[in-house]
Amino acid sequence: MPRLTIHSAGPGLTVQDLGRPGWTAQGLPAGGAADPLALLEGAALLGVNPAQAVIEMMGFGGTFRMDDSARIALTGAVMLAEIDGAPVPHNTTHFLPAGAKLTIRGAQKGVFGYLRVAGGITTDPIMDSRAAHLTAGIGARLQTGDALPLGPDPDRLRPPQKLPPGDRFAGGTIRIMPGPQTDFFSPRTQDAFCATTFHRSPRGNRQGIRLDHAGRNFATSGGLTHVSDLIVPGDIQITGEGVPYVLLAECQTIGGYPRIGSVIPADLPKIAQAAPGTRLQFQWLTVQQADATAISQGAQLRALTKLCRPIKRDPHDIADLLGYQLISGATPGDDLERP
Amino acid sequence: MTAQETAPELLPLGVDGILVRFARSLSERANARALSFRDQVEAAAIAGVTEAASSLVSVRVGFDPERTNRATLAKDLKALIATHEYLDPGPRRLWHIPAAFGPEFAPQLNEVADLAGLTPQQAVKEIEATQVRVIAIGFAPGQPYLGMLPAQWNVPRQSELTDSLPRGALITAVRQLIIWAADAPTGWRHIGQTAFRVYLPRSATPFAFEPGDAVQFRAVSDTEFRALQKNTDTNGGATCKVLR
Repeated sequence: MPRLTIHSAGPGLTVQDLGRPGWTAQGLPAGGAADPLALLEGAALLGVNPAQAVIEMMGFGGTFRMDDSARIALTGAVMLAEIDGAPVPHNTTHFLPAGAKLTIRGAQKGVFGYLRVAGGITTDPIMDSRAAHLTAGIGARLQTGDALPLGPDPDRLRPPQKLPPGDRFAGGTIRIMPGPQTDFFSPRTQDAFCATTFHRSPRGNRQGIRLDHAGRNFATSGGLTHVSDLIVPGDIQITGEGVPYVLLAECQTIGGYPRIGSVIPADLPKIAQAAPGTRLQFQWLTVQQADATAISQGAQLRALTKLCRPIKRDPHDIADLLGYQLISGATPGDDLERP
Repeated sequence: MTAQETAPELLPLGVDGILVRFARSLSERANARALSFRDQVEAAAIAGVTEAASSLVSVRVGFDPERTNRATLAKDLKALIATHEYLDPGPRRLWHIPAAFGPEFAPQLNEVADLAGLTPQQAVKEIEATQVRVIAIGFAPGQPYLGMLPAQWNVPRQSELTDSLPRGALITAVRQLIIWAADAPTGWRHIGQTAFRVYLPRSATPFAFEPGDAVQFRAVSDTEFRALQKNTDTNGGATCKVLR
């Protein structure tokens, strides 16, 4: 079985996939990648099953080698990377030869970067998923020296592809929808929330991120205590001190803090990928408007696959140019005119 | 639904979910309605429904927007609510779980007994005598909220948080018990200790409890408890009886 060895690991490396849905009733959230869109991008590029597991890299990458060659793609946060010194552009498929050293540096844009190897990481699933969920005692942070089993690359000769760079790393306007507790907040507070400019606080992880702002707090009317109720990722929870947190993939399933609304899934990757200090503003949608943005992962994957373009390599960038058979494609020059 | 009972609220919770909320504050009645409604949703096998999860007073019904939509599902759920009897059919399963209440294992038992106007011995007797139900699961995977203890147990949370508690700790506040499974501070008071694991991620049945299960604790001596802690053949000496 091919293996991927980690020669140096950044502090926030875990195995992730699309999570383990279906256990909310038992208190376990679905978890999975903080930016699931990045998993779909990698799957579209490599033409593989999006459910295969990847390495999630929070903030920093690492160095990696494989003992068999396979195609890879780096998606999510933009991290400078190279294979034995040759640059590895983001959102692009690459061939990683056996034994070559893949170096992935810190995030330049965004927070969560993903290394997807065609064939996927094939560690033992727990409850039908390979995703690490550290607060639930599933999996562990990856360490220097770890070796992960890989599936075989199903389509090694597939021509390289690229996707346009994502636009979700710069914060901006985030669309939110009302939830069961929105009316625990006065209409004035609801309006003020969307009139406020927030900054992503340095405090944040896979469970959620804190939002900093100047000015008023967002307390509920009357400061009542509320019965704990069900949570979904994207919910914006307001703590006792009036500080908002946007909850992410590893949030608890039930919580007692009131939630003013919920970030729609289409915009949640923008929250996950907002680096500390990034400006964020919120915009209310009606429930109907929010529902219209719902898109299945299957439909997202099909749309991304259509966006993939074959790479035309610039001859200047091809180190082994002389090794290529350059004249076998010569034609009489009138192919297109002939019937 | 009886005439004097209010109709539950149907509220959005995410682009793929409806929350059916039976009350805005906790009561045994609202909890029983939520738990039985979750069972009813599961039994109804409504097209496009992906998940039904209950909390203390509500049920979130998740749906696949490619197979149904909010308006259709709301209609389906309202039809279910109209036929919903809210009769508690009683627990499906009854757990017996040994617990130690010696000073080493129950550092705040005296304090809680005092607040409840009981002697520590009476407090333990009342815990043993009360068949509590799993009214919600959450905060940590598999962690049960068990209720309700008799009225004198309406002891508030303490304002200072306890930084960490051993796994399996029996803690209490507001007429409820929790078998602690989280790695977090808590304001609930530590009044006993079980060797029970509510969550075993690598097992074929990772979660011990289902909402609605009944639980009865049995006081054991500290010596007996230490033996249970060492014995890995059973889950803390607990037994589970299927009732229906």
